Order: sequence, then structure tokens, then C-alpha cells
Amino acid sequence: MAVEIKIKGEVVYAYLSGELDHHSAAFMRQAIDSAIELNMPTLLIMDFENITFMDSSGIGLVMGRYRNLSKSGAVLNITGVSRQMYKMMEMAGLNRLAKIEQQSNER
Amino acid sequence: MEVTNRFNMNFLSRSANEAFARAAVAAFAAQIDPTLEEISDIKTAVSEAVTNCIVHGYKEKMGKIYISAEILDNNTLRVKIKDKGAGIENIKRAMEPLFTTVGGERAGLGFAVMQSFMDNVSVRSAKDKGTTVTLTKRITPRYSING
Ligand SMILES: Nc1ncnc2c1ncn2[C@@H]1O[C@H](COP(=O)(O)OP(=O)(O)OP(=O)(O)O)[C@@H](O)[C@H]1O
Ligand SMILES: [Mg+2]
Repeated sequence: MAVEIKIKGEVVYAYLSGELDHHSAAFMRQAIDSAIELNMPTLLIMDFENITFMDSSGIGLVMGRYRNLSKSGAVLNITGVSRQMYKMMEMAGLNRLAKIEQQSNER
Repeated sequence: MEVTNRFNMNFLSRSANEAFARAAVAAFAAQIDPTLEEISDIKTAVSEAVTNCIVHGYKEKMGKIYISAEILDNNTLRVKIKDKGAGIENIKRAMEPLFTTVGGERAGLGFAVMQSFMDNVSVRSAKDKGTTVTLTKRITPRYSING
């Protein structure tokens, strides 16, 4: 599991990869939160294209970042989501809080 | 419905075992030929139940988690996931989508995900005794050249 952070102007990109569960979520949270704290972005883009497994711990990770960002009026976008991930995000109502882009090569 | 195959295992409630547990059950289920999507559904549901044992049952302290997986003769997988931890006081409420007793980084979606990805989810629990979650999923038989 890994998080690659890229900064472009006021945008922070977090490219997540590997398996996202309760075990790996803590590490990913720290990586994303320190990038947010350091760069104060107006937009965070979380990319799931290279996530090979995700359970509801991934939803917790996204919801937590959304809550932190909205305190400073920043916006969250989500990209590279599989059909199954989208289903879980929809259950949490995330589709009403953030723009979600599904994977181009839909599995 | 007759049980045609079974495996049992138990392991410590370390979060590093979440990946191992879901992979083991998925590998066992391979014999009834699930699709990639069905494998993913099984892995996700098992991961939810195991994570609940670790986070809520044992509250991040060490305990044992027990898994028993069975193949039934109508191409069905049945998985029991058990802890001997805190137990659930109000099961009906615990299973409501978005209900969680741990705020912050938990969405309260675990049971909703299990219910959406499996055919049946049943929960038995007693306060301070522990919790058993039983997940059932029938795998649609597919035609193949090997019959
Ligand atoms: N094995 C268990 N032992 C004790 N309590 C449990 C157990 N499993 C679930 N619960 C209780 O049921 C509630 C709902 O569980 P559920 O998995 O739906 O959500 P969550 O674990 O709180 O959040 P998420 O799964 O989205 O991370 C939990 O908050 C907890 O109070
Ligand atoms: Mg849970």
C-alpha cells in the first residue's frame, strides 16, 4: 500500500495504491493529512485507479478528509473509482458531497 | 442443504491479518468458480466482519478470531466469523446503514456493505460474550469447456 502526493498550485493530488483496509488506512490518512496541512490546498484529488481492494475503511478515509477540507472551504474530487467502490461511496452519500469519476476501463 | 467441504482457522486480532483472512476465504471459495466480481464481494464482506472483530469486539486489544467456511451442495459459500469480545447490545440498530459507535474515521457502513455484497447476513451476539456473523452467498454456476 502506498500514497503518492503531487502538488500543482493550489491542488493536492493523492494517488493511492494497493489494498485499502483498516490496517492500511491509518498510514494513508497520515500521508494525506500532512500534505494538506503543509500545502493548504483549495482542492484535494484522491485517485483510486491503482487500489486493488477497498472496504468501508476506505469510505471512512474519504469522509474524514472531506470533513477536514470543508472546514477551510476546500473541495474534494475522487477519481479512478471501480463500480464496487462507487456502490459503497453511494451508500455513504459521498456522491452528494464530492465529484466522483469512475474508472475509464470499467471492470 | 448438505455441507460438502469445510475449513476452520483462528488467528490473533492483529490488523495485519485482515488481508490474510479475506484472501484465505477467497482462495477456499475458488472451488465453486466465482467470477472476479463475486470474489471481490466475498473478500469485502469478510474484511468488514473481521475488521469489526478487531475494532469493536476486541477494541484493538489482542484476542482470537475464528473463521469457519463451508461449501454447501448448491454452490453456496457460508462463512462464520466469530469473536469472544464485547458483543453488541442492539443488533438491529447496529445493522442500520451509517450507524456507528465509533465516530471519526468509521463510516458505519460495514453491515450495509456485507448485506449488499452477500445474499444473507445473520448476526448472533451477547454482551461481553462475543459476536458471530454468518455470511452466505450462492455462486451462479457457469458453463465451461471442462464441464
Ligand atoms: N464484532 C463486533 N463486536 C462488537 N460490536 C460490533 C461488532 N461488529 C459491529 N459492532 C457494532 O456495530 C456497529 C456498526 O458496525 P458497522 O460495521 O456497520 O460500522 P462501523 O464498523 O462502525 O463502521 P465501518 O464498518 O464503516 O468502518 C459498530 O459501530 C459497533 O458498535
Ligand atoms: Mg465495521
